Amino acid sequence: MSDTGAAPARLAVRKTYKLYIGGAFPRSESGRSYVVTDHQGGFLANAALASRKDARDAVVAARKAFGGWSAATAYNRGQVLYRVAELLEGRRAQFTAEVRAAEGLGARQAEAVVDAAIDRWVWYAGWADKIAQVRGAANPVAGPFFNFSLPEPTGVVAVIAPEASSLLGFVSVVAPAVVTGNTVVALASERCPLPAVSLTEVLATSDVPGGVINVLTGRAAEVAPWLASHMDVNAIDLTGAPDPLADDLAVAAADNLKRVLRPGAEDWTQPPGLKRILAYLETKTVWHPTGT
Amino acid sequence: MPKFEYAPAPESRAIVSLKESYGLFINGEFTASADGRAFKTISPATEEVLAEVAEAGPADVDRAVTAARRAYEGTWSALPAKERGKYLFRIARIIQERARELAVLESLDNGKPIRESRDVDIPLVAAHFFYHAGWADKLEYAGYGPAPKPLGVAGQVIPWNFPLLMLAWKIAPALACGNTVVLKPAETTPLTALTFAEICLQADLPPGVVNILTGAGDTGKALVTHPGIDKVAFTGSTEVGKEIARACAPTRKKVTLELGGKAANIVFEDAPVDQAVEGIVNGIFFNQGHVCCAGSRLLVQESVYDQVLASLQNRLKTLRLGDPLDKNTDVGAINSAAQLAKIRELSEVGEAEGAQRWSPPCELPVKGFWFPPTVFTGVSQAHRIAREEIFGPVLSVLTFRTPAEAVEKANNTAYGLSAGVWTDKGSRILWMASRLRAGVVWANTFNKFDPSSPFGGYKESGYGREGGRHGLEAYLDV
Repeated sequence: MSDTGAAPARLAVRKTYKLYIGGAFPRSESGRSYVVTDHQGGFLANAALASRKDARDAVVAARKAFGGWSAATAYNRGQVLYRVAELLEGRRAQFTAEVRAAEGLGARQAEAVVDAAIDRWVWYAGWADKIAQVRGAANPVAGPFFNFSLPEPTGVVAVIAPEASSLLGFVSVVAPAVVTGNTVVALASERCPLPAVSLTEVLATSDVPGGVINVLTGRAAEVAPWLASHMDVNAIDLTGAPDPLADDLAVAAADNLKRVLRPGAEDWTQPPGLKRILAYLETKTVWHPTGT
Repeated sequence: MPKFEYAPAPESRAIVSLKESYGLFINGEFTASADGRAFKTISPATEEVLAEVAEAGPADVDRAVTAARRAYEGTWSALPAKERGKYLFRIARIIQERARELAVLESLDNGKPIRESRDVDIPLVAAHFFYHAGWADKLEYAGYGPAPKPLGVAGQVIPWNFPLLMLAWKIAPALACGNTVVLKPAETTPLTALTFAEICLQADLPPGVVNILTGAGDTGKALVTHPGIDKVAFTGSTEVGKEIARACAPTRKKVTLELGGKAANIVFEDAPVDQAVEGIVNGIFFNQGHVCCAGSRLLVQESVYDQVLASLQNRLKTLRLGDPLDKNTDVGAINSAAQLAKIRELSEVGEAEGAQRWSPPCELPVKGFWFPPTVFTGVSQAHRIAREEIFGPVLSVLTFRTPAEAVEKANNTAYGLSAGVWTDKGSRILWMASRLRAGVVWANTFNKFDPSSPFGGYKESGYGREGGRHGLEAYLDV
């Protein structure tokens, strides 16, 4: 027997990119998918094309997770989220490759973006047990009461993630919502959804309870209106919605007086400040009697 | 409980000098409306016409917004912060000096008992200006960055239930943060706002910093949709709040909304019953129940239901309903015929849906708008009187067995403005407080307000806070 040449190149095992709802990875219930390409138009994958039903399922999952997540101690939430950063760090190479393919960045640039995303996650995780001190107050009322105000999560937050920044942008809009105890339904970048989908694999293997972060992929114009008009969604971030759509979404959001975050253009490399954390916080004021 | 007979003890009206007609207050001057339209404001206790008031149309709104813009750019934003603060201190002092006049005028125009306008509304108005005056030159310490900027011109629309107090909640923080304002009081209660305009003149406030436009819904709509304003602040119904949110959605106006409520007032079996009953009465019959944070759903633990209900009914038999200017009056007039019709309608629905209606024996005056204190028992969570804001002296009573059930029932509403908890156990107060989805939780008290205490709702009770350090955010570009 003689060697007839090099062994054929190994065929890669490709990944199926699915939705992430309630800690599980379903395909779209609609059975649909759409083609995701790299920045040069080359085929990358078929991503799930989420439907209205998927959006509603995700809201149900987020609502179900809200009680436990919002009642967890701040220290616990901080540790759980920090753990996500630990796992991200271990997958730096994978995310760098995915961000490169999605956004057409050079290797160095893509690496810098992934590092920034991990560092941002760590930054936000650290806020879990500090925001109440920065945002709370003891109020000197004129009467026999100890009066204090505390920040509390507003509930289920729908996030239309930014279109261009597939990982750093996604992390920058999701982390500030969940760190204070909100639960999230995020619609990933329509054009480059794959890094966000890979992030869900990290979430699923970290300690973040299922339903706390739900990720949909698909068309903002199709899915976002269902989230904006959903009566069990408490807040919506319109970052990734183009202006005419964002106007319509903001109007629909008024049906149950959602808290609407509609920032202008953002540079995701800049320090984010507290704006996004504060957008999804309520202030609760308690009058506790004093006396003997 | 015996009900003592009291001789009438009316507060004198002489302290108020009503004018026959009032103009709009624009750029530091009283002026007629551009199209000459006017409406009458009446005393809801007697239906007597108190005065005629100009009705602002779109042209007047435009004039007022222009004046506010000019004042913002020309004088107010150029003024050192400490001087801004001193104007507010001046206003606070003048309100204290004219407190009795304002209280009488408020009770005349609104129908609320003089005891409440004199002891609650007006003192809180002065306190609100005094508190915010001090913030004007300390904003860099409020937690919104080193040099927080004002927004510009604020368009503010307020309700009729606490006319001057709501004005204070709107104008004091707006001015302290460096904005100028155009404010529209409710059409049924314009008089104290117009007197406040005189107070601005007495304080030498620069023209255009405060503009007062009287009118009804159309005036309010013209104001909040005017492209020249940067900020909308509204207190009123959830229905109108949603319309405003929709109208402002495509704009970059900053919006804060303080809307309706259907607060649960939760009485546990270990609560001191007499104290709780006082709190229940204060929670729903204070200001005839015209309170967005009123404790309109009473949740009583089953084991003390009979006792609490009997005590409550006994207490209600001693309430005195009548002349708002009488110092002994506990329950005044319903603010308007329209509001009375709404309260009647929902009460009839309550009966039709099977709840039992009870009111103490209570003689209603012949003239004016009156509704007796009313308690519904046998109310289920599905009943409209347990879901919809009645905004009147109508209490719906439900029961619960466990703290968890109390939380579940209390939170079973689209609103989330306030809640009350009555128990002797401090740990239970905090356990409940952390689970109630409401912006304000009163423990062993109800309907307490303070300028340093942030107030505002969760869910469909609106967004933004008023009062305290938190309230400043609504008027800063942050």
